[in-house]
Amino acid sequence: MRPNGSIATASPTKSVSANISNNAKGRPNGRPLFASGRRLRAVPFITVLALLVPVAAGLWGTVMPAFGHLPAAGHVGMSLIAWEALFDWPGLGRAVWLSVSVGVISTLVALLLVILIVAGWHGTRSFQWLERLLSPLLSVPHAAAAFGLAFLVAPSGWLSRLMSPWATGWTRPPDLLIVQDPWGATLMAGMIAKEMPFLLLMTLAALSQVHHVEYARVTRALGYGRIKGWLIAVFPAVYAQIRLPVYVVLAYGMSVVDVAVILGPNTPPTLSVQIVRWMSDPDLMLRMQAAAGALLQLGLVGAALGAWRVAEWAVAKWGQAWATSGGRLRRDWPLRVVGQFAAVACSAAVLAGLAGLAVWSFAGRWRFPEAWPQTIKFSSWMRHGPEAIEVAGVTLFIAAVAVLIALVLVIGCLEAEHREGRPMNPAALWVLYLPLIVPQVAFLPGLQGLLLWLGWDKGLWPVIAAHLVFVLPYVFLAFADPFRAWDTRQATVAASLGASPNGVLWRVRMPMLLAPLLTAAAVGIAVSVGQYLPTLLVGGGRVSTLATEAVALAAGGDRRAIGVWGLAQTGAALLPFALALALPAMIYARRRGMRGG
Amino acid sequence: MGLKLTDVTITAPGADAPMLAVSADVAPGAVLSIMGPSGVGKSTLLAWLTGTLPVGFQATGRAELAGRDITNLAPEARRLGILFQDHLLFPHLSVGANLAFGLAAGVSNRRDVVDQALVEIDLAGYADRDPATLSGGQRARVALMRMLLSEPEALLLDEPFSRLDAALRDQMRDLVFSRARAKQLPVIMVTHDAQDAEAAGGEVLHLRSGQAAR
Repeated sequence: MRPNGSIATASPTKSVSANISNNAKGRPNGRPLFASGRRLRAVPFITVLALLVPVAAGLWGTVMPAFGHLPAAGHVGMSLIAWEALFDWPGLGRAVWLSVSVGVISTLVALLLVILIVAGWHGTRSFQWLERLLSPLLSVPHAAAAFGLAFLVAPSGWLSRLMSPWATGWTRPPDLLIVQDPWGATLMAGMIAKEMPFLLLMTLAALSQVHHVEYARVTRALGYGRIKGWLIAVFPAVYAQIRLPVYVVLAYGMSVVDVAVILGPNTPPTLSVQIVRWMSDPDLMLRMQAAAGALLQLGLVGAALGAWRVAEWAVAKWGQAWATSGGRLRRDWPLRVVGQFAAVACSAAVLAGLAGLAVWSFAGRWRFPEAWPQTIKFSSWMRHGPEAIEVAGVTLFIAAVAVLIALVLVIGCLEAEHREGRPMNPAALWVLYLPLIVPQVAFLPGLQGLLLWLGWDKGLWPVIAAHLVFVLPYVFLAFADPFRAWDTRQATVAASLGASPNGVLWRVRMPMLLAPLLTAAAVGIAVSVGQYLPTLLVGGGRVSTLATEAVALAAGGDRRAIGVWGLAQTGAALLPFALALALPAMIYARRRGMRGG
Repeated sequence: MGLKLTDVTITAPGADAPMLAVSADVAPGAVLSIMGPSGVGKSTLLAWLTGTLPVGFQATGRAELAGRDITNLAPEARRLGILFQDHLLFPHLSVGANLAFGLAAGVSNRRDVVDQALVEIDLAGYADRDPATLSGGQRARVALMRMLLSEPEALLLDEPFSRLDAALRDQMRDLVFSRARAKQLPVIMVTHDAQDAEAAGGEVLHLRSGQAAR
């Protein structure tokens, strides 16, 4: 380590960048402004606009026809004819009841199961196993999961085949309405299986911000069983953080369309499915009825959220009494078993369903009650494969563009937050969640009408913009935590080495965050690939994606075709996740410090 | 010349009185050690000096480096090198790329400069190594050399030796302080280890909670 002067003379005098004068001007003593700050500060506003404008415009476009103004149908001005028509529809009461019961029950059950799983098993080895079992379900598109479930539980489905004829005595599929049952029970089951992994993931993210391990230790030391100890000591803090995701699940469960088309009842269907049927009817008069229905759906979701909020208060009140009652609930093993069983059942149902899609896509002759097809053939793939690949291209193009825009906006928002040094306004979180809580069916029909009126309904761009509304919040939620958790002393070091703020961002921060960045992109692609209604309505029926093609097959019942399209949709959603895992591992194969982070 | 702080006060968000008030004049090649219990604002002072004071903190006073007023400059324009206790090598870059990161854009034959720099810190041939595979002492030396290659006009040290074991600590102290002296760089070191201050051999400023004075 001998002293050496060569280093000192190697570098010419560093030019001091031009933004100094900008930064020095008019700044009080303290933190200076950074370069290119003005353009960056516009990004959060653009982001808010990208989220709010479609929702607000869409709601406006729904309100007008709902109150009788639809010039295309020859109705101008204010009237209540749309509402009269809506209330004259005989299925309304049943459709409303279905929407409410499916939404509330599936949310409640999914939340309770997540609580049982986390409270009963967190910190054990089984929990890691359960988590690994459930997390891939998150990225399986809703429609594909629903088809898989239908193939499993239908009268001629795998379950019935496996039990026939030895247990059931059936030699022909029984005449039972299991899928599309009038109570919506299968629909609820499908929603629970899909939403539970989402709530579980959100709960785990919330747990990392709570000192749950210490609390759990204290309550156990005080003699409480796992579940009660967790509920009284950890759950209140966790729930405060997963409240918005729970609202998303509730609103989504009440207004879901693709899953309800596949698993839900038909006569009448849920309210949102009926609204979409009216929307696609050539009779323009029905559009007004659909708009009134959409507002009713919005009101129902609002009322359900309000009721849920009241119930939160009531449960909290009761919980306080329960917490101080002294009961220890030490023998909670039956509850823990229920949680574990439910987790395994959900995972098994979705995975077996996907296997069912695969088997059907290759099935030749397949008589009931055989558990396997008698012959395997590739003709389903030959027939539908080329078209599926073409549609997959369109699907992934829409997804890629929407995700790219979302990433630019999200990185811009987070970087602006970092450079300003101020945490995000709490109201911004609501803006982020708004498009996920306002039912799609309440504003997308209006948006379609407005785009039609403006003449902007052609091509892929309106569809991409509509997808962006739903992709952006998930990309933000997936990327914000890793971005904010980054050690900003790295930025100080890089700046002291002469790197500009943009240099820090692109040469240090983003490369270090490559893995979470790609994961966020994969989440965004999976969200886009799963979107059914935005493509259907905003695309005006002229844009086909894997989601719209697959759901369109629901009525026909061609299981081999459904197998091909359902698998194609699943693949399009899962493949990006595989890449998001593989790419950083390859790129940073020789950087140990970049692994496991 | 040197690094001069004039009537610097920093007030925490919402506080009435400044958490610290400092005036100091660090000559080229000299070391000012700042000591005090944790939470007294030692690192806050360094954050102010590097231009990364968190929003909400109020600061008054001025900082001059080699006659330039750097008080309101952008962090990357201040030419202050900083070393943290975690050496904070960029984990996605090789050892050589870490060194090249600090090198000014105009330097040609970058690879030679980097290789030569590695020779100087007894890490010849380490350019393509993954920084995560280095020992703590090796990382500390790379971090120091990366900073020196960026041609700073002063050094800031934030508890730079506290993660090293005793033998390495002495070595690193010698290396850092001899380098600073050789290049006639003024150094401000924040530490809670009295031996650091002793080894530095310069003035010691004790910050006390509530109020600090020269």
